[in-house]
Amino acid sequence: MSEHTSDNLPVGPSGEEEPIANPGLPEHTWRPTDVDAKAEKRAERQVAFFFALSAICAVLFVVAYFSLDVGDNWDTFLGLGASNLALGTSLGGALLFIGIGVIQWARKLMGDHEIVEMRHPARSSDEDREGTLAALAAGLEESGISRRPLVRNSLLGSLAMLGLPAIVVLRDLGPLPGDVYDDEEYEGAGLERTVWKKGMRVVRDVIGTPIKPSEVEIGDLINCEPAILFETDEEGEPLLHGVEVQIAKSKGAVILVRMEPGDITHGEGRENWAVDGIVAYSKICTHVGCPISLYEQSTHHVLCPCHQSTFDLADSARVVFGPAARALPQLALEVDEEGYLVAQDDFNEPVGPSYWERDSE
Amino acid sequence: MSVDTSKVATTNATTPATGAKKPGRGGVVANWADERLGLGGLMKKNLRKVFPDHWSFMLGEVALWSFVVLLLSGVFLTLWFNPSMGEIEYQGSYDQLRDIPMSEAMASTLHISFDVRGGLLMRQIHHWAAMLFIAAMFVHLMRVFFTGAHRKPRELNWVIGSLLLLLGSLEGFTGYSLPDDLLSGTGVRAADGFMKSMPVVGTYMSFFLFGGEFPGESIIPRLYIVHVLLIPGLLLALIAAHMLLLVYHKHTQWPGPGRTEQNVVGFPMLPVYMAKAGGFFFIVFGVTALMGALLSINPVWKYGPYDPSKVTAGSQPDWYMGWPDGALRIMPGWESSFWGTTWSWNVFFPIIVLPGLMFTILLLLPFIESWITGDKREHHLLQRPRNAPTRTAVMVALMTFIGALWAAGGNDILAIKLHLSINQITYFMRAFVFVGPVLAFIITRRWCISLQRKDNQDLLHGFETGVILRSPEGGYTERHAPLPSSRQYTLTARDRGTVDAEAPGPDPSGLAPKQGRLSGLRRRLNTMWYADDVAKPTREELEEAHHHAEHEHELQAPLDGHAADGHQFDGHHAVEGEELRPRH
Amino acid sequence: MRFLNRSAGRLSRHRRGPLAGLVVLLLGLLMTGGLYAALSPAQAEEAQTDAELVAKGKELFLVGCSFCHGRNAEGVLTQNGNQLGPSLVGVGAAAVDFQVETGRMPMVRPGTQNPPKPEAYDDEETAALAAYVASLGPGPAIPAESDYSIDGLSGEEREAAITRGGQIFLTNCTACHNFAGAGGALPRGRWAPSLQGVSEKHIYEALLTGPSQMPVFSNGNLSPEEKRDVIAYLKSLEEQPSYGGFTLGQLGPVSEGAAAWLLGMGTMVGFAVWIAAHTTRTSKKKVDA
Repeated sequence: MSEHTSDNLPVGPSGEEEPIANPGLPEHTWRPTDVDAKAEKRAERQVAFFFALSAICAVLFVVAYFSLDVGDNWDTFLGLGASNLALGTSLGGALLFIGIGVIQWARKLMGDHEIVEMRHPARSSDEDREGTLAALAAGLEESGISRRPLVRNSLLGSLAMLGLPAIVVLRDLGPLPGDVYDDEEYEGAGLERTVWKKGMRVVRDVIGTPIKPSEVEIGDLINCEPAILFETDEEGEPLLHGVEVQIAKSKGAVILVRMEPGDITHGEGRENWAVDGIVAYSKICTHVGCPISLYEQSTHHVLCPCHQSTFDLADSARVVFGPAARALPQLALEVDEEGYLVAQDDFNEPVGPSYWERDSE
Repeated sequence: MSVDTSKVATTNATTPATGAKKPGRGGVVANWADERLGLGGLMKKNLRKVFPDHWSFMLGEVALWSFVVLLLSGVFLTLWFNPSMGEIEYQGSYDQLRDIPMSEAMASTLHISFDVRGGLLMRQIHHWAAMLFIAAMFVHLMRVFFTGAHRKPRELNWVIGSLLLLLGSLEGFTGYSLPDDLLSGTGVRAADGFMKSMPVVGTYMSFFLFGGEFPGESIIPRLYIVHVLLIPGLLLALIAAHMLLLVYHKHTQWPGPGRTEQNVVGFPMLPVYMAKAGGFFFIVFGVTALMGALLSINPVWKYGPYDPSKVTAGSQPDWYMGWPDGALRIMPGWESSFWGTTWSWNVFFPIIVLPGLMFTILLLLPFIESWITGDKREHHLLQRPRNAPTRTAVMVALMTFIGALWAAGGNDILAIKLHLSINQITYFMRAFVFVGPVLAFIITRRWCISLQRKDNQDLLHGFETGVILRSPEGGYTERHAPLPSSRQYTLTARDRGTVDAEAPGPDPSGLAPKQGRLSGLRRRLNTMWYADDVAKPTREELEEAHHHAEHEHELQAPLDGHAADGHQFDGHHAVEGEELRPRH
Repeated sequence: MRFLNRSAGRLSRHRRGPLAGLVVLLLGLLMTGGLYAALSPAQAEEAQTDAELVAKGKELFLVGCSFCHGRNAEGVLTQNGNQLGPSLVGVGAAAVDFQVETGRMPMVRPGTQNPPKPEAYDDEETAALAAYVASLGPGPAIPAESDYSIDGLSGEEREAAITRGGQIFLTNCTACHNFAGAGGALPRGRWAPSLQGVSEKHIYEALLTGPSQMPVFSNGNLSPEEKRDVIAYLKSLEEQPSYGGFTLGQLGPVSEGAAAWLLGMGTMVGFAVWIAAHTTRTSKKKVDA
C-alpha cells in the first residue's frame, strides 16, 4: 500500500523519488490579441466576418431552395445536380463558418489562462459507504426479506414466470417453418419447395417469354424464371400477388446456359437433365443466397458477386472456389409438345443457403 | 468527499462572479429557475469545469456530433419515408423507373431524392454522418486504448463505449436496409442466410424476423422501428451515461509540468470549452453537409428496387460491416451434416461466432490488462503508446486482423483496381489474417521499445543539435545539448515498469489470490507483458550522465567559435588561420 | 565510354523484353497498312466488290492474324493442347468488328484477357477483315445504326424502351458490369470491363458475339429490340446528371467507405488539430490599463 495515498490515488510521477522534480505549470505567456489593441480589433473583425459569411450562406440556401428545380427536370451545374450542390454547399458554408468563427473567438479572444482543478478518487468515502450499508441493512431488515423466505421465494418464482409471457407473446412474429410447408397456403411454400413443377415452362426473366432450344446459341446465358410468375387467370389477374411473387422469385430464379454437349460432365442420375447442351441451375447461391449470374462462357464457371463462390456449370455446378459448400441445385429440363423448354420437376433439394434442419446427406 | 470547487478558480484572471445585489432581468429568470430546480449548486460545480486541450481528445466529439447530425437529418427523412413493403407502381419524377413495381419504402426514398427539395441532400448527409459516426467511434476507441485511458477507474466507460460501437454498427445496418433498393435487399437476404446458419434456432429466427419466408412483408417496418426508436433510444441512454461518467471521472490528461495524477489542467467549460465544443458541432455538421453536397452516396435510383433475382457486381455492406463480410469471403467452404441436420461452419463461424468473439475481446480488454499487470491503481495521466509496448502491440495486432478482413471484404474492388486476381487475394488473406497480426505485434513492440531507448538516450545524453565539431586531431563529433527541463520532466513522468513484480504476495485489495494454474499463467503473462521494457533512468543515472556531459562540454569548449558557415568553401572568407582553398 | 555501354545494355534488355514481339508486330502492321495506303490509293476510293474486300481481308489476315488463328482461321492449338487462337469460322463480321475496332485484337499475348487499346487497323482494313471472316461461315453481321438507335421512336416509346432496358440490364448485365456499368471482377484476374463511354455499336456487337468469357446474348436470348433498349438505358445513364455530386467511380460502398475515412475523417482530424493547437504567443507582457 506504500504506493497509494490515503485517497487511493497513486503517488504520481510528482513524488519524491522521481528522477526529475515536477517544475510546475509554466508561466503564462500572452497572445498578440491580449497585448495589442490592434490585433484584438483585427481578430474581432475576423470573427464577425465569419459570422457574416455564414449569414450570407444561409440566404443563399433559401435562394437556391426556391430557384433551382428538382423532379424530372433538374437544373445542372458541371453535370452535377445543381439543387443538391447549391443547397449542400450553402448549408455547409452556413454551418462551417459559424463553427470556424466561434472557435476563432475562443482561440484569439476568450481568456486562455489554464485552470487547475483537483481530482477526487472515484470511490466514495468510508463514511458514505458505512452510511449506505447501514441504510441498506435497515431497509432489508424492515422488509423482512431475509426472515420470510416464503414471500421472497414465491416473489422470485412469480417474477421468473413473467418471462414466459414475455417470450410467448412474440410467438406470432412469424409462422413455424414446418407449418409453412405443411399448410402450403401459396405456391411453393416452405424451404424444401419452390414453384417449379413438372411441365412448367422456363421463361425469360423480365420479358416472360418461353424458350425453344433452337433459339439458344452455344455460349448463351439466359436469366430465367418459372412461367407461373407471368401467368394470369381467366380474368386477367396475375396468379401470384405481392409477397408471393417475391418469395417465388427468391427461390425459383434459374440461369440457363448452353455449351458444347461434349463439355458437360453429367452428374449421376442427371444424364437426361440437359437438352442439347442446355442446362439450368438455381440462380440462388448456396452460400448465403445472393442471385448468381456472373457466367464465364469460356470456362463455364459462374461467380457469386457477394462472396466470390465459384461453381462449374459444366460439372453439376460443383464448387470450384470460395466459401460455398454445396453445388447449385440443378433444374432438370425437357421439351414440351410445343417445343418449349420446361422443368421435369421441382428441384430435388432445397435451394439457397444451408439451414440447420436441412437434410444434406 | 466532494471537492471544494470554489477554491479552484483562483488562478483565473477574470474576477469571480459576486452575488448580484440587484438582479437584472436575467437574474430574475435565474432566481425563478433556481427556486424550482436548484440548479445553482450543480452549475457552480460544472460551469467552470476544466477540460484539458489536445486534438486527440476531440475524436469522441466527432462521434457525438455526427450522432446529433444523424438525429436531425433522420427526423427530416421520417417526414416522407414510408416504411412499407406494399407494392406500388412508381409514378414519381425519375424517368428510368417509371411504372416499375416497387415497395412503398423504395418509392418514398425516390420521392425524397427527386421530389423533395433538399431531400437528396438530407439523405446523403444522413448516410455520410452514419459512416463518420462509426469511423469516429473507431478512432476514438483506438486513441483511448493506445493512451491507456481505459484503465481504472474508466473500465465501465470503455464497456459503454464498446456497446455504443456495437449498437452503432447495428443501427447502420438497419438503416442500410430500409430504402429497399437492390443493395439493401441483397444485404437483408445475406442476413437471412446468416441467421439460417445458426444451429437449432436459425430457421425459426429467420421465419420470425421476416414473418414467414424471405422476403415476406414485415422486415422493413420491423427494421424501421428498430432503426428509429429502439436502437437510437439505447444509443441516447448510453451516450448520456458515457458523458456523465466522463464528467464524474474528469478527463484524463497528458503528463507535463504541473500536470499530475491529482489534478486536471486545462480550460474551463464556460466559455472556452463551450465555444470549442459548440463550434466543433457546427464544423462536423458543416463538413457532412459539404460531403452531402459534393459526394454522391448510395444512388438508389441506379440500383433500382430490390428484386430477389437481381444483383450487382460490387455488392458490399457499408464499411463498418466490411470486416465480417471479408471473413465470409475468405472462409473455406466447410459444412458438415449429421443425422439429418446441416452445420454450415462456412457461414456460422465468420459471421456469427467471429464478431461475437471479437466484441467480447474488445469488451474485456481493460480487465484482461489489469489482470495481467496487477495494476489496481487509478490512472488519470495518459501514457504514450511507446511506454506500454505490449498493449500498443496488442491493439495494432487486432487492427491488423480487422484491417486484413476489411480488405478481404473489398477483394473484388481491389482486384479490378490493382489488376490482381480475386482468387490470389483470397488465398493470400487466408494466410495473412493469421500471420499479419503476429508480425504486426512483434514489429510494433520492438518499435515501441526502440522509441523508449531513444527517449532515454535524449534524457541521458541530450538531443542531437546538428552542430558538428572537429577536434584538433581531425575527429568529428556532434554536439549534444540537454533537453529543456520541462521536456525532461515530461519524458520521465511515467510508470517505472512492472507494478507487482516487487510484491508477488496477495493482492493489494486484500483478497486472497487463487493459487494454482491460473496465477501461474498470470505470472508468465505478466513477465511477458513487461519483458524488454526500457525503464526510465533513475536520478543517479541522470546525475551521472550530466556530470559526464559537463566534462565533455569542457573538452569541446575550445572548439567553439569555429562553427563553419559554409562560406569558407567558396572563398568568401577564410576560417581563422586556416586556408581551406590553396591560393594560386 | 561508360555512357555508350549503358545505352547498349539498355537496348539489348529491350530486345529481350516481353513486349518486343508486340512492338515488332505492330511496326509490321503499321508498315503493311502504310504500304497499302501508299500503293493503292486509287483502288481504295472506288467501290470495292465484295470479292475484292474479302481478298484484301484475307491478305491482311495472313499477315496479322494467322499466326494465332491459323492460315485458314481454323484456330491453332499449342503443343500442350491449349488454344493459341480459336477458330474464327462462323464468328461473323460483328465479332471481328468489335475485337478489332476496340483494339482488343490483335492481342498482346495469348492466354489472359485482352484489354481494349488503340486500334491497329483503319476502318477500311477492319471492314476487309470482317468481310473475310464473314465469308468463312455464317455468323452475326455488323449491326446497322437502326438496330441500336431509339431515334426512330416517339417520345413515349423511348421512355418505355429505356425503362424496359433498365430492367433487362439489371437482370442480365449488372452481376458482372455493376449497377452503373462501371465494371467488376471475374475469377482469376479477369474482369468485366466498364461500359461507360463504349459506343452503342460495340455494346450491341459484344452482346451478339460474347467476346472472351462474356456469355452470348444472341437474338434468340435477347431480341434485337431488347438489346437496343439495354443500350438506350446505358446511354440514358451517361446523359443523366450526377444528381448527388461526384460519383466516386460508382463502385458501391467500398469507394464510399474510403471517402468517409480519407476525406471525412481526414477533415475532422484536421479541424480537431486546429481547434486544440496553441495560438501564437508573444514575448510582450500585458499592461494593465
